[in-house]
Amino acid sequence: MAPSPSAPVVSLRGVGKMFGNGLLALDGLDLDVRDGEFLSLLGPSGCGKSTALRIVAGLSEPSRGTVAWRDATAARRSIGFVFQEPTLMPWATVFANVFLPLKLAGSDKAAAAARIMETLARVGLADFADAYPRELSGGMRMRVSIARALVTAPRVLLMDEPFAALDEITRFKLNDDLVTLWRELHMTVVFVTHSVFESVFLSNRIVVMTGRPGRVSSELAIDAPARDARFRTSAEYASYCRVASEALGQAMRARAGMAI
Amino acid sequence: MSDATTSERREQALRILAPTGVLALGIVIWDLVVRINGIPPYILPSPGLVLTTLVSDWPILWSSLLATLETTIEGLALAAAGGIGLAMLFNQSRLIEHSLYPYAVILQVTPVVAIAPLLLIYLPQQAAVLACAWIVAFFPVLANTTLGLNSVDHNLADLFRLYGASRWQILYELKLPAALPQMLAGIKIAGGLSLIGAVVAEIAAGSAGAGSGLAYRIAESGYRLNIPRMFAALLLLSLTGIVIFALLSWLTHLVLRRWHESAIARES
Repeated sequence: MAPSPSAPVVSLRGVGKMFGNGLLALDGLDLDVRDGEFLSLLGPSGCGKSTALRIVAGLSEPSRGTVAWRDATAARRSIGFVFQEPTLMPWATVFANVFLPLKLAGSDKAAAAARIMETLARVGLADFADAYPRELSGGMRMRVSIARALVTAPRVLLMDEPFAALDEITRFKLNDDLVTLWRELHMTVVFVTHSVFESVFLSNRIVVMTGRPGRVSSELAIDAPARDARFRTSAEYASYCRVASEALGQAMRARAGMAI
Repeated sequence: MSDATTSERREQALRILAPTGVLALGIVIWDLVVRINGIPPYILPSPGLVLTTLVSDWPILWSSLLATLETTIEGLALAAAGGIGLAMLFNQSRLIEHSLYPYAVILQVTPVVAIAPLLLIYLPQQAAVLACAWIVAFFPVLANTTLGLNSVDHNLADLFRLYGASRWQILYELKLPAALPQMLAGIKIAGGLSLIGAVVAEIAAGSAGAGSGLAYRIAESGYRLNIPRMFAALLLLSLTGIVIFALLSWLTHLVLRRWHESAIARES
């Protein structure tokens, strides 16, 4: 049976996560990640969106509920993960950092070299293969981190607030480049952020989450074809941002109401 | 730009000239004290006499230096291998760590001067001296490497797990390189301690023979009131310590210079 194009790549059903200290981070989370979409998880700090992403990645086991991959055997291998910090090995060159996922999979350096250089070129770092992370700016380090995630040609790219620590100019540039990469590589992206503007600019679909315990509060589709500098200053973008802000505000109020 | 380099150069010159000046001043005062008071060489030899003794006794001192150096280097090598090996073992198994770590600490806190005579009863002299050097030197390597292995970036560890890294790959590709700065800091401390261990054991051993080290020469010269030779041997020991420290610092710099914060010169 061939999967339909919009079938979920991965489905979370009734996922709950209780940490050892008794904190209920997620409760009854239902989430479908559709093939080829750019999905943002938007929510306030501590709403469990990063926990949800880690569960999708298999870095954390859910206490309750199920995580189902459409293609279970290839699930692990087809994930790329970008952390909030660049999380590079400081002792290794840019090339060696990007080589890491292939190396761990038993790949030969010479055989992988072309692919690594191609990936570095994609993120604009072809000239920095021999540099060490400390020699790069924050934005460039994040590009290396993205290249490392892309080098295995993952079906799903998971990003955990990757640009939160960067300055605005760098963040805009990386947002633009990320949209281009997503278009060119036909991959699925799950992007965790607390920025309304970032999520509207990048996504096809925004899932707004409410915290303690984390669950889906509302969902918003962004139907704008072009994601460029003009979109960022358009009335359409502004109105989407207003709707998303209201949804986020509602999610936070709902939680405050529950607390009282 | 040029201002920065000249002030940098001045700073560097100061770093060499200032201690050299103190040394020269100290030697001059030492020499004057001996001359003016007419102190006999069996109480305090003049710096010149120490130097001439160093030259005239060179054959004896040289072979002693080689003996001490051999023990020190072997002790250091075994301490590095043992400390790193044990730290890796501890890192892999909590049970082994909990079982053995207290004894590593006990070995460290018990003064080696007190252990040396016992070791000399049970072991041949050379082995006992080496064991002393090892006992004092291995602990800083063990403690520092353990700290390094345990302070791996959690996200990097997650990343390795995500890509299905084996236990061995995590140790070899992630933990060991991450622990390198601490490991080298431990080895740098161990270099000096290994020399101390060797000296302590040699003094405790106290028996003569072809393989007698510098510390033995000091003890022996003391009995014979050959004070100039005591000073000459002491000078050699001190120089040996300096050279070992400098070599290990240089090694640390070579290994870390491309990536570690400690090895990066910052412009202010």
